[in-house]
Amino acid sequence: MIAVAARNAADIAERGTPCSLRMRAWFEGSIKALLWSLTCFTVVTTAAIISVLAYETYGFFTIQNHPEVSVWSFFVGTEWSPLLGAQPMFGVLPLVAGTLLVTTIAGIVALPIGLMTAVYLSEYAPARRRTVLKAVLEILAGVPTVVYGFFALTFITPYLLQPLSNSFGAYNAMSAGIAVGIMILPIVCSLCEDALRAVPQSLRDGAYALGSTKFDVSAKVVVPAGLSGVIAAFLLALTRAIGETMIVALAAGGLAQLTANPTAQVQTMTAYMVQIFLGDAPAAGIEYKSSYAVAFTLFLITFFLTWIGALVLRRYREEYE
Amino acid sequence: MMSGRAIATSRRLLKNRLFLYGCLAGTSIAILVLCVLMISIAIEGWSSVSWHFLDSFASRKPAQAGIKAPLMGSVWVCVICALVAIPMGIGTAIYLEEFAKHSRIKRLIQLNISNLSGVPSIVYGILALAAFVRFFGISSSDDHWSIGDSESFFYLHFPFGPSVLAGGLTLALVILPIMIIASQEAFRSVPQSLRQGALALGSTQWQVIWRVSLPAALPTIMTGAILAMSRAIGEAAPLLVIGGFLLVFHTPTNLMSDFTVLPLQIFNWAGRPQGEFHKLAAAAILVQLVVLLVFNSAAIILRHKLQKPLQS
Amino acid sequence: MSQPSALVPSMDPLTTTTPPPQRAEETRPASVAPPSAISMRGFNSWYGTNQVLHALDLEIAPRQVCGFIGPSGCGKSTLLRWINRMNDTIPGARAEGTLSLHGIDLLDKTLDVVDLRRRVGMVFQKPNPFPKSIFDNVAFGPRLHRVYSRTDLEELVEQSLRASALWNEVKDRLDSSALGLSGGQQQRLCIARAVAIGPEMLLMDEPCSALDPRSTASIEELIRELRASYTIVIVTHNMQQASRVSDATAFFYEGRLIESGPTDILFTNPKNRQTEDYVSGRFG
Ligand SMILES: Nc1ncnc2c1ncn2[C@@H]1O[C@H](COP(=O)(O)OP(=O)(O)O)[C@@H](O)[C@H]1O
Ligand SMILES: [Mg+2]
Repeated sequence: MIAVAARNAADIAERGTPCSLRMRAWFEGSIKALLWSLTCFTVVTTAAIISVLAYETYGFFTIQNHPEVSVWSFFVGTEWSPLLGAQPMFGVLPLVAGTLLVTTIAGIVALPIGLMTAVYLSEYAPARRRTVLKAVLEILAGVPTVVYGFFALTFITPYLLQPLSNSFGAYNAMSAGIAVGIMILPIVCSLCEDALRAVPQSLRDGAYALGSTKFDVSAKVVVPAGLSGVIAAFLLALTRAIGETMIVALAAGGLAQLTANPTAQVQTMTAYMVQIFLGDAPAAGIEYKSSYAVAFTLFLITFFLTWIGALVLRRYREEYE
Repeated sequence: MMSGRAIATSRRLLKNRLFLYGCLAGTSIAILVLCVLMISIAIEGWSSVSWHFLDSFASRKPAQAGIKAPLMGSVWVCVICALVAIPMGIGTAIYLEEFAKHSRIKRLIQLNISNLSGVPSIVYGILALAAFVRFFGISSSDDHWSIGDSESFFYLHFPFGPSVLAGGLTLALVILPIMIIASQEAFRSVPQSLRQGALALGSTQWQVIWRVSLPAALPTIMTGAILAMSRAIGEAAPLLVIGGFLLVFHTPTNLMSDFTVLPLQIFNWAGRPQGEFHKLAAAAILVQLVVLLVFNSAAIILRHKLQKPLQS
Repeated sequence: MSQPSALVPSMDPLTTTTPPPQRAEETRPASVAPPSAISMRGFNSWYGTNQVLHALDLEIAPRQVCGFIGPSGCGKSTLLRWINRMNDTIPGARAEGTLSLHGIDLLDKTLDVVDLRRRVGMVFQKPNPFPKSIFDNVAFGPRLHRVYSRTDLEELVEQSLRASALWNEVKDRLDSSALGLSGGQQQRLCIARAVAIGPEMLLMDEPCSALDPRSTASIEELIRELRASYTIVIVTHNMQQASRVSDATAFFYEGRLIESGPTDILFTNPKNRQTEDYVSGRFG
């Protein structure tokens, strides 16, 4: 009975029309080549970004008849006033300081809250609440940054900050920093949660078996064990904060100044680029070219941070996989 | 004789409780922020949302202004972006997860992709400005050559200039790394035993991918794609750099049309000092958030479908 | 790749024939017992630098069930995966010596492994049906390299399911997902899937170790029936199972073939101490 069926199956299997073998090899080969070239495209993208930025930055530094532009004065100059006055100044530090100030405020807002939320999600929250919270975070992550900029400008500054102190102007670093913090909160949270959940359950069980409270387990076992993942999450989130554009363009103001005062208006690197690309600066002009030098600086900073973050992340993946 | 131990224990329990409250507070902040954001924008923008608002072009008079051009611009740009970035992302992920052998080169490419995902979007705008809008200056705008004329739907000219095509490609650059990483995770979650089973039946490598891995990974990939697209739909900075026009009075008709997108229109209105324009910005944000919620619900529904296991 | 017999100084008298020529069936000397389906001489295998199989000499007769037994980690699965070259997917896996299927050199680098795997079906330890319908699972293999008419395909699926004793249970729900079947049914579906490509040989790697006793019994029954149609190699941990289903048995220990022969002799009257200890359950 079964033997008959098996023989029938073998007979019918022979009946089909074979597909061409040569075609098959050719097809496999070309698909693989196509996919390989797609993969190479990612490398080409990086190369293209670096070449374009390097080329234009070189153009900026070698521009004729502008003694104020030199690599040295660019990186250590403390005054950035490309559009003002007879004598433009190109010292990038005020822009870097503006970016740093906003990023610092964002970090102070987002990192502790993000980590706390992640601990809650991975250690405390029941499954249902977890799904709901993750959905909320996902929505927050999807809100366009220009919306956060609008929120900073029309809500955070007039309704939260100005009632506290009248030294806050309409544009200030604080509101932009808080909004950027809200923007990176979901990133911090979900990356930290991934790191904490990767900590093996056996470590937790061991600690509970010794009579630890949930606080002991979370703060003294889980977070330290997932520390490299948490650090990587922080780095990646801060990178996003540094590169954030629309929030600072709307809420932080347009005055490049070297200050650590959160009530003051500051200009970040990205906000300067927006100002230039939005305006009618002539494409051959020095102001226009300076934005490429700023962009290159920004690119190097973020590339470096992401790279470190990826290395740390790889380290922690290796620990537990 | 209240022992030191008992005191220590009660202190530990107190700490434990405080910590839980701290965590709860942190978590509530996230929810609170979302609520405040939605409510404040809804209050400000609700009165301006109307059919007229959706169906008219920008105007200097706030009462007559609408978002027809940015709305259609967003649709065009996002469709182009999806058509380019999703297949490319999946293809790259397939190569990396199914074909590439473990090697130094693969590790470097992987590192490069994660670095690309951290590059600020405005920098992609600069690349796109050079590459798509100007073709690296190879042909100047005077002697550009073209296919069809500006009336025909297939009109193309080279370089692309600040057109919807350039805009879509720009956004594709921005979300490509996100798309690749999401797809890679999807392929990694397909059980190895399924691939083994297909191989043992005489599948070639591509047949394994096409008939087993890809179908099994597809729901996860689509979830990732939706989230990536919700990022693309909200991007303004790179489009601003390539010269997405802030004031456009027509909807795109072909790939070479001028365009603006919703986030850029919001930026434009939000940046003006008059309160009437802020109301318009809030109304446009409401529209944008509705689109976002639709996207996110789609992702959530897909994920629910995903609960079906791949393996018993 | 295949070395002449210099590497193999003394061989079991039973298996000492002329080194296998290219087409064993055609040139076989009339005096010798039926030709082997599988024959290996001085077969060694490595994962990277770690040698896991040492100088194996073994013949597997066609249309029989051959059981591989031995403690876990002794290399049974590795050997099995060389027969359909699934080891090609493991980086660093390599083999030397002679391994042939009806005289075809299985270690040939230019061998079309896709074709080989259509001649040698495989069933895995854990049932691994695809997340598709029952019909599509069985039709998966046939559709890979041949084009069938709809009626042929339906007929093929039916016959394959009958051959794996599953037809009566699933004939009314061919379009429902294979993941809804019980473990034993899933494993029989995997057997049907292998049968549908029309193989001459079936490899089974501990096919029952993830199943409950009743499903195990039904699979064992099926294996005994299928022996009339296929050469079957089954790896098993379970001594009773080996004695129930296999005609010949080979005992491996730490990558070496310790003893092989007809099952009843190997179990009742082993020549080797280690074999005796193992089959009587004294170690392993
Ligand atoms: N993919 C692999 N890579 C490296 N070593 C392996 C791999 N698979 C199995 N081994 C090693 O080869 C030896 C034999 O394994 P295996 O053939 O699976 O044994 P068995 O099936 O008899 O339990 C074991 O020592 C195991 O550690
Ligand atoms: Mg095994």
